[in-house]
Amino acid sequence: MNSSASSPKARVKDLSFFYGDFQALKDVSLNVAENEVTALIGPSGCGKSTLLRCFNRMHDLYPGSRYDGQIVLEPENIDLLSPQMDPIETRMRIGMVFQKPNPFPKSIFENVAYGLRIMGEKREAVLAEKVEKALRDAAIWDEVKDRLDNLATSLSGGQQQRVCIARTLATEPEIVLFDEPTSALDPIATANIEELIMELHKRVTILIVTHNMQQAGRVSRYTAFMYLGELVEFGETEQIFTNPLKEQTENYITGRFG
Amino acid sequence: MAFTREEMRRLIGRHKIKDMGFELLGLVVMLLSLLVLFALFGQLAIDGAARINPDFFDSFPSRRAGSAGILSAWVGSLLVMLVTALAAVPVGVAAGVYLEEYARKGKMADLIEINVTNLAGVPSIIYGLLALGLLVYQFGLGESVLTAGLTLGMMILPIVIVSTREAIRAVPQSIREASYGLGASQWQTVRYHVLPYSSAGILTGVIIGLSRAIGETAPIITIGALTFIAFLPPPPITGTPPFVNFDWLFSPFTVMPIQMFNWISRPDADFHTNAAAAGVVLVVMTLLMNATAIWLRYRARQRIKW
Amino acid sequence: MTDVASVAAPAGGSLKRRKLPGNRRWQRSRERVIEGVLFVCALSAVAITAAIIGVLLYESSTFFERVSLWTFLTDTQWTPLFENPRYGILPLVSGTVTTSAVALLVAIPLGTITAIYLSEFARPRVREVVKPILELISGVPTVVFGYFALLFVTPMLQKLIPGLPGFNLLGPGIVIGIMIVPYISSLSEDAMRAVPMHLREASYGMGASRFQTAVRVVVPAATSGIVASYILAISRAVGETMVVAIAAGQQPNLTFDPTESAATITAFIVQVAMGDLPHGSIGYQSIFAAGLTLLLMTLVFNLLGHWARKRFREAY
Repeated sequence: MNSSASSPKARVKDLSFFYGDFQALKDVSLNVAENEVTALIGPSGCGKSTLLRCFNRMHDLYPGSRYDGQIVLEPENIDLLSPQMDPIETRMRIGMVFQKPNPFPKSIFENVAYGLRIMGEKREAVLAEKVEKALRDAAIWDEVKDRLDNLATSLSGGQQQRVCIARTLATEPEIVLFDEPTSALDPIATANIEELIMELHKRVTILIVTHNMQQAGRVSRYTAFMYLGELVEFGETEQIFTNPLKEQTENYITGRFG
Repeated sequence: MAFTREEMRRLIGRHKIKDMGFELLGLVVMLLSLLVLFALFGQLAIDGAARINPDFFDSFPSRRAGSAGILSAWVGSLLVMLVTALAAVPVGVAAGVYLEEYARKGKMADLIEINVTNLAGVPSIIYGLLALGLLVYQFGLGESVLTAGLTLGMMILPIVIVSTREAIRAVPQSIREASYGLGASQWQTVRYHVLPYSSAGILTGVIIGLSRAIGETAPIITIGALTFIAFLPPPPITGTPPFVNFDWLFSPFTVMPIQMFNWISRPDADFHTNAAAAGVVLVVMTLLMNATAIWLRYRARQRIKW
Repeated sequence: MTDVASVAAPAGGSLKRRKLPGNRRWQRSRERVIEGVLFVCALSAVAITAAIIGVLLYESSTFFERVSLWTFLTDTQWTPLFENPRYGILPLVSGTVTTSAVALLVAIPLGTITAIYLSEFARPRVREVVKPILELISGVPTVVFGYFALLFVTPMLQKLIPGLPGFNLLGPGIVIGIMIVPYISSLSEDAMRAVPMHLREASYGMGASRFQTAVRVVVPAATSGIVASYILAISRAVGETMVVAIAAGQQPNLTFDPTESAATITAFIVQVAMGDLPHGSIGYQSIFAAGLTLLLMTLVFNLLGHWARKRFREAY
């Protein structure tokens, strides 16, 4: 693993994950750099989404999952996967943007304010201010500022996804997880979101799963290549794409499989 | 958010209490509904158990509570159910088959569907009024087993149609394609492939419909079923030619729920005991029928593994 | 399967023309006849609706020749069988409305909470056991519930409310409420389960608790279906006959006080039908006028419920 110029925000240590008897992740270890974009790439079924969902304990929602190993959050040095760690607390600090835009059937304002209300924020003025900031950070404020009361589901796919990003940003999480955020969107919307990510990482650590290698190449500083539940190679994106160390990585990059 | 870990933990703690509180509430409420059900049966059984013996099934209603029984009632129920099934099943299944296999999308199909849905929501007493005006007087069928059977048949028709449609819809397209591919006609496909495969589902619906019909009182009262019947309808099969007659269809009659209603309407507490006993029999009958239907549905799903 | 075999082309090169044309023509007309028969059977649903409307309108029309619609709708007493008959439907309507209101006050909270619990909190095994049991409640004959209302619930209420008459609207109302809980819980739960998992993931992903997700996301998303279940439950409560016939009372009474005794539309029809009324008399026709009112009420609710359900289906 190359040492990074920035300190890690999270460290994955020997993480294995099981769905029932099936082992989906095998002894994965990597560092997620602070305020940088780290991409997880690999063919279908390699475990990249599974790994991502470990960060915010999404698997806890489904019976039969088991974690073995640690994900340590810095600078407090807490293991997110330990049984003493409340998944709810984890999710309040680590946000997620999903593959298919999933705004609630509520107004745009209520969507973005959701996280804040969950945490008990009731003051309308504070809500309005934070919602506006989040929508600006998601580069969609100008498009929706006059129709905040409209149903979020009435927006186009790309706009919905940016509202979902705003929703996640509103609670100022420490890490934002992106699970193939543009695979359901058209090229223009995709480009918008990629631009957004490249801006956002300056303020928040980003971990992104993508099946689109070019996207990883464009937006991320570090890339992890996974195959069949194992971390095959991890390093600076530039190095992975121009000079991969492992043959498997090279095969995937050059499109021989995947 | 500018929360310290402490604040966050306290907030989450409060949420967790609400979670647990609601889970408890939900459990209590749910158990309450179940509790009521058991209390009902319990009360019924306690009140009526003493009265349930072979005599009870073998005697006619009488002015003396001690010797009153449900003979005419359960025989009547049986006969009426026979007519109901004969009325509702062929028409209902045929209608379901038409709607699923033959009907083209359009105003006619929509019209029929809307009507089926509406009829399912019509209160049962309205069917009684329909029967009173149409069958009893207009058609002159009188206050008879036939009228009752036709009335209940009309009432459960939507149930039969809907379950037939659902059962048919569960038959995969590949079965039909295989049949058509062999050159079979539409009716042949339906008769030899679709219907046999959906028979369990259809039967389930029929049983559920009949279990509703057997407990219905309102429409039967409305058509004027007399509540004190101390005789049985004439038997359909006799020793003298022509051996089979249909007099029983036009005979006055009573059914189980009406007998129970009659007994409970009396101020005398002894008759209330009889009512409870009749109630136990009724509940057991409907439970058995419903349980059979559920079991059938379960077996059908297990057996047919596409 | 001989028919199929006779139609399917035999393998092997027989150049003789098979006897197809004659067979086929006969078969095609047979098919059409069968389709015709099936179609007529399907029309039965339409025919029954037409018959219901026809009979009610026909018998009521003679009633309304003798009683003006205005009197019918506004007079405050309903005594069609008395010496000086009065024909105001309001007392019957008030009886129906009061019992149904009590029923809903019981059923809506119980049913909705049960639905949320089963959908969002309970383990799948609990759901599998409880759902059929709740369905069994709706299979119990209503006359049995009437027994329960008269001999169990009312005496209990009389201990709590001194002076409560033996026949009242509260007991039957509560029992009808319990009877319709399965309608609400079952349909609402279906509506909630139909809410896609990815909406819940979005909520949980932000650190929401189970209760918050259920109440802030799932229930609002399932609103159409839940409301549809309420409306259908109302319709069922309004049309209920036996529980009120046994336990509510026989005297029409214009009141909204459930501790009083009153008659509902349905109880009145039963009462008259049990007696001896000459066919064609105004007493006889009054039950059709009452029935017509009841039908219109339930029709309105059914249409509302249908509309609400259609909206719910379109959202997903």
